[in-house]
Amino acid sequence: MAVTAPAAPGTLGRLATVTPENLRRRYRRDRLMIGLLVVATTVVLVPLLIIVWYVVSNGISAVLTADFYTQDLGSPARALQGRPTGLGHTILGTMVVDGLALLIAVPIGVGAGIMLSEYPDHPLNPVLRILNDTLNGMPAILKGLLAFSLIVKPMGTFSGFSGAVALAFVMLPILARATEGVLRIIPWSIREAGLALGLPRWRVVLNTVLPAARVGVVTGILIAFARAAGEAAPLLFTSFGNNFFSSTPLRYLMGPVDTLPARLYSLAISPYKEWHAMGWGAGVILLVLVIVTFVGTRIVTRARHTTDL
Amino acid sequence: MDRTLTASELIRRPTHPIYRRLGDRVFQVVVVTLGLSIIALALLLAEVLLVEGWEPLRRFGFFGFLTGTTWDPVRGVFGTWPFIVGTLITAVASLALSFLPAIGVAIFSAEYAPRWLASIIDTIVDLLAAVPSVVVGIWGIFVLVPLMQNHVYLPVYYWAFENAPGLLPVLGPPAGYNLVTATIVLALMIVPYTTALARDAIRLVPRSQREAARALGATRWEVMRMAVLPYARGAIVAGAILSFGRAIGETMAVAMLIGNSNTLPFTFFGPAATMPSVIVNEFREAVEDLHLASLMTVGFYLFLISLTVNLIAAWLQRKLAVGGRAL
Repeated sequence: MAVTAPAAPGTLGRLATVTPENLRRRYRRDRLMIGLLVVATTVVLVPLLIIVWYVVSNGISAVLTADFYTQDLGSPARALQGRPTGLGHTILGTMVVDGLALLIAVPIGVGAGIMLSEYPDHPLNPVLRILNDTLNGMPAILKGLLAFSLIVKPMGTFSGFSGAVALAFVMLPILARATEGVLRIIPWSIREAGLALGLPRWRVVLNTVLPAARVGVVTGILIAFARAAGEAAPLLFTSFGNNFFSSTPLRYLMGPVDTLPARLYSLAISPYKEWHAMGWGAGVILLVLVIVTFVGTRIVTRARHTTDL
Repeated sequence: MDRTLTASELIRRPTHPIYRRLGDRVFQVVVVTLGLSIIALALLLAEVLLVEGWEPLRRFGFFGFLTGTTWDPVRGVFGTWPFIVGTLITAVASLALSFLPAIGVAIFSAEYAPRWLASIIDTIVDLLAAVPSVVVGIWGIFVLVPLMQNHVYLPVYYWAFENAPGLLPVLGPPAGYNLVTATIVLALMIVPYTTALARDAIRLVPRSQREAARALGATRWEVMRMAVLPYARGAIVAGAILSFGRAIGETMAVAMLIGNSNTLPFTFFGPAATMPSVIVNEFREAVEDLHLASLMTVGFYLFLISLTVNLIAAWLQRKLAVGGRAL
């Protein structure tokens, strides 16, 4: 006969009633759920891997030519007539804009992270935390509109500088959050040890806390970079785009400049087959950039696990 | 800084009060200024969008612009309702499409998969979350759109044409760039995000919860359903809402695939538009001041919607977290 416990409320009650049929049904459901979970995992991961595979297989031929890195794009006629054309100016522009964005964003983001973690009693911290999360949740395109209004309009021209500022807006909240997170897990005893030695607070932060959290800060920077490097929306109306190498280095900052995500967009929606091939190529470079950055974070994090812990 | 000082060096070093007091003061001022600049930035974002988009608001009114169904740059009449509808439809549909599979992957990786497999799945998911929007967009244009066009949109349309003509106005002309394509791509893009947040929430459930359920004789799935999922519920739902916020703001892939139509009603197979997509597609071509300002106003409404969604997610995280556990 079945072993029955007093009727328990809710789902737990079913566990208490153990009959052979009941057990069999429960085991069958258990196996069914495993099957469903495996199916769900396949359904999610396979299409996403297919995207990556398509991009690589379509773009690899463009990426393997030297022209792709040394030539600029020029007019569509150049590609249609088979003259050498490439995305050299785009790659250069991307390096300028992304690099400058990092230069702007890292000090501010890390500084805000230090404020959140090292001055926990500061009255503005709750406000900063909320607004930082808000900023992080804002669509990147709005940050592009902000950079357009703040910089492009007064300057009167689209520029690499404004693009860098827009990307910095994307990076900032990620950096502040990540920095706060990693500084927080540094034990207070380390700070107290520094203070006990007579170090002023700022030396404690700069010489003990930050070095101890170095790996985490670098990881945060890499994540912020990977996030911003793929953004096209804020760049479309800040750095705009350019089909040629700029004539002087200063023009990369003060004039319209090409970036990989924005160029990929305009190549993809262009009517020329030759440009589509280059668009796939730009996709490959972007993917490689993201993957390298990502692997970088994995390597630094792993290094920490083997040395520090 | 220069180099790390050893303890004995520090003790012997005579420190000047200026070095201590002034150094601390300066450092704090610098750090707080940097923090303040983020606060200023967030406020500036709202302020700039409002100021730049003030003219349409003044002309059509806050609710007039919100509910205006006409977007006609030629006549100079602007209303954001079609884009709000497009944004909400694509975001809700893509979340509905991706939520259960995403939770499935999270459960599988956190609870069922052996360690090596879980770490592979986690790596792939994290990596896919970082794939740029434009890259997904170009795949959509050259692979997904032709595929869907030939194997779904046209067959369904022809079928409806012969068997259910009543459906035709709902389906719309089978353009490859449409609401359905955009929704599918959006779903693919937010899946890794939802998965990662749900997975972390499930991993945070204490072992004792699982052991208690197991001790009662629960099967593996029952452990999940009775002990783990209820515990992680708050964080999972909050994660889904954050993904929803992502879907609302997702710009490039949608702009490349939704077909861009400014007029309601949107149909399944016909072109549509979302708030970010209309900004991207029209901003560079907007010559008239009112048109440009109206796009800024659309940005302002997008700001308000994103803000609401994010605040709801934050509130849910606090409200539904078990035992005040904040994620």
